[in-house]
Amino acid sequence: MSRPEAKTVLTADVIHKSYGDFPVLKGVSLAARERDVICMIGASGSGKSTFLRCINLLETPESGTISFEGEEIKLQRSGDRPPVLNARQISRIRSRMGMVFQSFNLWSHLTVLENVTIAPIKVLGVAKAEAIERAEALLAKVGLFDKRYHYPAHISGGQQQRCAIARALAMEPKLLLFDEPTSALDPELVGEVLRVMRVLAEEGRTMIVVTHEMAFAREVSNEVLFLHEGKIEERNSPDQIFGNPTSERCRRFLQRVL
Amino acid sequence: MTADLFQGWGTQLFWGTMVTLQVAFLSLLAGLAIGLAVALAKLSSSRFLRAAGDFYTTCVRGTPELLIILLVYFGSTVALSAMLRWIAGPEVYVEIPAMAAGVFALSLVFGAYAAEIFRGAFLAIPPGQIEAAKAFGMSPLTLFVHIRMPLMWRYALPSLGNIWISLIKNTSLISVVGLEELMRVSYLATSVTRSPFHFYLLAAVIYLTLTIINSLIIEWLETRANRGVRRV
Repeated sequence: MSRPEAKTVLTADVIHKSYGDFPVLKGVSLAARERDVICMIGASGSGKSTFLRCINLLETPESGTISFEGEEIKLQRSGDRPPVLNARQISRIRSRMGMVFQSFNLWSHLTVLENVTIAPIKVLGVAKAEAIERAEALLAKVGLFDKRYHYPAHISGGQQQRCAIARALAMEPKLLLFDEPTSALDPELVGEVLRVMRVLAEEGRTMIVVTHEMAFAREVSNEVLFLHEGKIEERNSPDQIFGNPTSERCRRFLQRVL
Repeated sequence: MTADLFQGWGTQLFWGTMVTLQVAFLSLLAGLAIGLAVALAKLSSSRFLRAAGDFYTTCVRGTPELLIILLVYFGSTVALSAMLRWIAGPEVYVEIPAMAAGVFALSLVFGAYAAEIFRGAFLAIPPGQIEAAKAFGMSPLTLFVHIRMPLMWRYALPSLGNIWISLIKNTSLISVVGLEELMRVSYLATSVTRSPFHFYLLAAVIYLTLTIINSLIIEWLETRANRGVRRV
């Protein structure tokens, strides 16, 4: 699926990140164009979640550049000290990237509906009535309209994650980041979340997904990255990666998980 | 019957109770503000602010409340008199109103305990919920007002309820500087009527009524704040 005419949404170039002396990312690069669904796979500890968190600056990379919608994110460096971020720019950029976390991270003091409306109201300045109307439509879309007045603690994990997806969509993001969205779920609840994600991919939303769901990666994505020890070991179309991987490590990884 | 019960002191006891409540509520408001500010100082990245916060809570929590009231009352009288004498001449002498000194002293005490409670409650917030707020582009102020504070509140409320009840009872200590609150009025009544047990028991019943009513209010607040918390 080569679409050279599509606009580039995000580029991350040669991202490096260490925890103490331990290098987690050793120069990872990625480019996402509009409507791309990019899946990142790899063993735990390979750096895929850290890389995702570098994209919206929840982790600060030590070096590398990130551009989002043509705007380069400024990392101000002074000597050997870690780079400082421009808070205002980061907030603005984050508000246009939706993030879905492994452990949902819904705000527990707010109802399902309030979880979906608060960021549009407080960050984007959307009028309350309009935010509620849009939130209700999104909750209907993920099948949670009936639960909109419940608190997160009173719904299942799958429902919480679908609420978290609606919460991300409410910001009308240009890019959706998924950090192992089904890894914290009971097996019987995984399907309902993947179904919602599949619909989003079919709508043409730009998504970067860190996942262990190989069937999802194979069927939904148009590019798969295999990470190994902080580097991209193989980058290919899903058919190629799952059918005939060029890297021996990737082949062994897939044998273990499939 | 009522005349017997209060022996002519009903009006004074009523107003004494009002003064007690006034002192308690004013100290609560000021103490919550102090406590929140000190908690934030203790959690700040500035070493100076953290040290200042620790110094304050250590000193206040390690000193008897009665002594703090006396120190504030006499200390502020001395300080203010000295200051005014310096400005207006040698004959000036001021006395700080007992109410102001008492409220200030009790606010200091309440603030020190509240600071520890707030600090612990802020730390108890699940970090993922803070991270999610950041990931949605919330500014530090929005994050504080709409996420941190309401989440912190539910962890803080039970312990705040305890120190609030203590505060209501500690108002009786202000009687030592002559403020005519419930305790002082009861004492005055006993010295006139010569029935100490009667009036002290009456005062105890009034204090108990106040604390029971406030416990019920706290319970209601806790239920409200804990909406959305799974109860096992």
